[in-house]
Amino acid sequence: MAATPLRYLAGIAGACCAGTVLAGAPGQNALRAAGIQAEHIGWLWNLTLGLCALVFAAVVGAFLLALWRAPKDGAGRPPDLASLTRPERGIHRAVAWATGTCVVLLLLLLGADVVTSRALADLPLRNAVNIELIGHQWWWEARYRHADTSRNFTTANELHIPVGRPVVITLASNDVIHSLWIPNLQGKRDLIPGRTTLLRLRADRAGVYRGQCAEFCGLQHALMALEVTAEPDAAYEAWAAHQRQPAPPPDSDTARRGQQVFLGGTCMMCHTIQGTSAQGRLGPDLTHLAGRRTLAAGTLPNNRGYLSGWIADPHALKEGVNMPANQLPPDDLHALVSYLETLK
Amino acid sequence: MSSDQPTYAPAQDAATLQRTWSDPPGLVGWFSAINHKTISLRFMITTFVFFLAGGVLALLMRLQLARPDNRLVSPDLYNQLFTMHGSTMMFLFAVPVMQAVAMYLVPLMIGARSVAFPRMNAFAYWIFTFGGLMLYAAFFLDIGPDVGWFAYAPLSGPQFSPGKRVDFWAQMITFTELAALMEAVILITTILKMRAPGMSLNRMPLFVWTMLVTSFMVLFAMPAVMLASTALITDRLVGTHFYNPAEGGDVVLWQHLFWFFGHPEVYLIFIPPLGFISSIIATFARRPVVAYPAMVLALIATAFFAFGLWVHHMFAANLPELGKTFFTAASLVIAIPTAVQIFCWIATLWSGHIAWRTPLLFVLAFFVILLLGGLTGLMLASVSLDTQLHDTFFVVAHLHYVLLGGAVFPLFGAFYYWFPKFTGRMLDERLGRWNFWLFFIGFNVAFFPMHLLGLEGMPRRIYTYPKALDWGALNLTATVGALTIGVSVLLFIVNVLRSRRHGAPAGADPWQAGTLEWSVASPPPASNFEQVPVVHGRYPLWLPPGTPDRVTGLTSEHREVLITSVVDAAPDHRLWLPSSSPWPFLCAVAVTILFIGSIFTPWAMVWAAVPVAATATVWFWPKRHMTAVRSASEVPP
Amino acid sequence: MKASLPPDKQPAMLDVGHLPTFAFGHRSPMWWGTMGLIAIETTVFALVVMSYFYLRSHVDVWPMSQFAPDLLWGTVNTAIMLASALPNWYAKRAAERLDLQAVRIGLVLCLLFGLAFLGIRILEFATLNTRWDINAYGSVVWMLLGLHTVHLLTDAYDTLVLTVLMFTGPLEGKRYVDVSENAAYWYFVIFSWIPIYAVIYWGARI
Repeated sequence: MAATPLRYLAGIAGACCAGTVLAGAPGQNALRAAGIQAEHIGWLWNLTLGLCALVFAAVVGAFLLALWRAPKDGAGRPPDLASLTRPERGIHRAVAWATGTCVVLLLLLLGADVVTSRALADLPLRNAVNIELIGHQWWWEARYRHADTSRNFTTANELHIPVGRPVVITLASNDVIHSLWIPNLQGKRDLIPGRTTLLRLRADRAGVYRGQCAEFCGLQHALMALEVTAEPDAAYEAWAAHQRQPAPPPDSDTARRGQQVFLGGTCMMCHTIQGTSAQGRLGPDLTHLAGRRTLAAGTLPNNRGYLSGWIADPHALKEGVNMPANQLPPDDLHALVSYLETLK
Repeated sequence: MSSDQPTYAPAQDAATLQRTWSDPPGLVGWFSAINHKTISLRFMITTFVFFLAGGVLALLMRLQLARPDNRLVSPDLYNQLFTMHGSTMMFLFAVPVMQAVAMYLVPLMIGARSVAFPRMNAFAYWIFTFGGLMLYAAFFLDIGPDVGWFAYAPLSGPQFSPGKRVDFWAQMITFTELAALMEAVILITTILKMRAPGMSLNRMPLFVWTMLVTSFMVLFAMPAVMLASTALITDRLVGTHFYNPAEGGDVVLWQHLFWFFGHPEVYLIFIPPLGFISSIIATFARRPVVAYPAMVLALIATAFFAFGLWVHHMFAANLPELGKTFFTAASLVIAIPTAVQIFCWIATLWSGHIAWRTPLLFVLAFFVILLLGGLTGLMLASVSLDTQLHDTFFVVAHLHYVLLGGAVFPLFGAFYYWFPKFTGRMLDERLGRWNFWLFFIGFNVAFFPMHLLGLEGMPRRIYTYPKALDWGALNLTATVGALTIGVSVLLFIVNVLRSRRHGAPAGADPWQAGTLEWSVASPPPASNFEQVPVVHGRYPLWLPPGTPDRVTGLTSEHREVLITSVVDAAPDHRLWLPSSSPWPFLCAVAVTILFIGSIFTPWAMVWAAVPVAATATVWFWPKRHMTAVRSASEVPP
Repeated sequence: MKASLPPDKQPAMLDVGHLPTFAFGHRSPMWWGTMGLIAIETTVFALVVMSYFYLRSHVDVWPMSQFAPDLLWGTVNTAIMLASALPNWYAKRAAERLDLQAVRIGLVLCLLFGLAFLGIRILEFATLNTRWDINAYGSVVWMLLGLHTVHLLTDAYDTLVLTVLMFTGPLEGKRYVDVSENAAYWYFVIFSWIPIYAVIYWGARI
């Protein structure tokens, strides 16, 4: 189906404004480690980079030196065939020494790799936060799990984690292979349908870190971001406690009308709002939608205008998503958005 | 010819040979051609056209990524672009071009008049071409594949990629892998059984060794991707569950099968250029390459190790950690034989007398570009590092450094080096220098920033990225570099087109090189050698003539070749090779119908098998007249 | 080129005019082509067998539908295939002695065995007790049996073409080499069946 000019413009507008979402941007940078796992890898990176740079310089140096000192009178010159009858012991020795040095350096790299793997596996897991992350085309479902199951809650696309406490993320996929990558905190791990995997990390510095799906997962793979806010433990616990609360009942007529639109229409078939009869599991949990900074997995800022546009026609902003367009009368849309804004 | 006939090659004998080995004229003749040089030139041109197509696709991708939030290209088109770019470069260019160049040069380097199975060689060319055309037809009809050149399941499976897009991709694999397997069988047989007398294995040019090693690798690597893609087609077409976890299948099985092929694949691309480098360095340093036995062993070691690395493409999947570490070790170890080769070449340059020519320039680029790519490969070999770098632009940088540095630059060097042999004319040196420097600079400007982009968090295969992540400047730089590469390739094309007409005449041996292909005219006569040489050492043209010097006793009236023994190339028997025939082409058409038909219905495998069997039978069926002539002069073993 | 030198001034020539015009076994390029094909096909079979065990290692119940293939027809066919090695051996030896009559007999006998094992193969499929589209076990078993069947079919067809040729002509020494190499491929097809038989029929039982 061809995009109408309006859709095209809306798409550009949406895409451009995604930029403003990230003003005061969270990091998404493997070189700025904000957690212990990324730091371990960063150490290995520095060591490897140093060694490789040395080897590069040495080999290119030898190569350039060879070119510089060899006489340039080769054109038309008869070939030197001495090596066909006499072995060139000196040269063979030099090659052997150079190769031997390489072997030693490779062993060093292997050792450093093993040490780093050990360090990554040794993350202390006491008092961990457990999150079950399920990949969908093209958003992230996050279920916080606790030993006391009454403390479980579900959210989407934006995680909060406590600084200084380990986080154990169980990865699963609802459809195709995705990959969770939050470069400031940890290396990536694939979310594979039919299997569950674990990723362990810990933020050691407060901040907002952006992650992105790192395994091609279809049309909108590029627009499947994840935001992780690392905050002091107390702030985290407060956030988690709030997330556990069901949505408050709407407090204005407009909002009540909006709730009716939500529950009376197709929205509730896919979405959950705890505290209401909407218990759909196909789309993100919206119980605390208004507390999120972005919409559509980090694609759009979460404000009234974008929320309205998204509900009316998500495909203009993120073509191909599973959410259908909703042609609502303007008053209903207005009321619905007002209701959703109460879901803090 | 029996031994009491004249044993030198008078002019009318050369004319007879030319008539015997030439392709037939006319339109039917064009489809019946089986001379290995003819097929090889067609193959080289076709793969180069695919290279240009792949390059244009890349330029479109770079234009889309030049700015953040760009909407030059829709997400669907972008996904098709990178799928087609990767598939074109890997399946339709990089491996086939190496086999194509080898098909031309190997018989000439080993003193043979032909390849071992000339009709099958023609068939392989047609199959390859039809497969590539099918893929591009699908792309232009907007039903091109869009799941990446590696098509991971279950995204590529029936549930998440409905329609025929992925089927065209999967069947393209069948076409191109069939062609590659046949070329490999031909090369192995030619190299082992048709070398000129005296060219024992340890006197074979290093390029011939690379093609022997590569061809063996093809036999063991290609089946994996053929099986993987066949299982994918059956999952999509008839409901099998190889990759469906809901019914006991496993999505990671796809990755194992694909990468078991996929890793050796990059060595299939990398090893033949090692042969180009050896040929060119020897000629332009005016000495044999240092340590021939070490060079050969390094090639064989690389080939073996290449089969033990594949899991390093899967470090982000949940596989046992100890297993992953084994693959880290293997991935580090394979650097050693390559290091040996690099050191030997540097030693050759160090102790030689250099002639600065364009072929050498392109080969020298290897020592900077491939080296850097190999080192980033060591970084990626570490599991922990890889978890940050995998599936980011760091890998895009790495793969282009090794593939262009390791294969494309030497390939361009090879074109500059052997173009005089193919056409009889020299390529222009000045244009060649411009071509080289633009390519070298453009390449580094395009791909070096990508290392940084990957480290700064940019994943692969994304059609756009937000402004606030500050990737715009590096991306724009990369795009400028890519456009520069495009200009340099244009210069190459201009050089080729102009030099075909107006290039300086080359003569038989413009570079005063040492291997046998330079002993014949440029371009070579249809029979390659008017008299098959006898070889007495490596670099036969650099050695004084030995005794005996030539082979006699082969007829000029028929396509007779000399078959020799595997290790020592001692003469063993004579063989008459088949005549030109349109049946390989017709059989390829029948096979194409079968392959394309079976994308749409499994029953195509049944009814389309009939014309395949029929054309193959006619292809093989001997002609009464020719059989009678041969029987009359038959000498049993 | 040294084409213009008269004979008495030529450097010594290596005269190969007396050499045979065809040869058997690894002397023949055809043998190398056949071995190349065998290497490829062996790799394919090995990979399918590995996939079988890989898929099996990921589940608890195997076969997933719990019914192993019936042993009867598979075992009968194994016996027929192994027995066909005899006329095959006979044909190969006859070819290497250039004995046309014996080659004809051997090839016809091979074809008869071929008809038999192709017919029984249909019964094998019918008693596999699974379908290719039921689950991954069914898929991999059908793939394994199906791939081998394709080899049986192409081998039978090759043999048919050669047999007809050996009766109608035109014949020459090279055709005996073709018979010999066809026999080598026949050996491959029937002996490669043994591990495949073991995997399909016994892999489901242990």
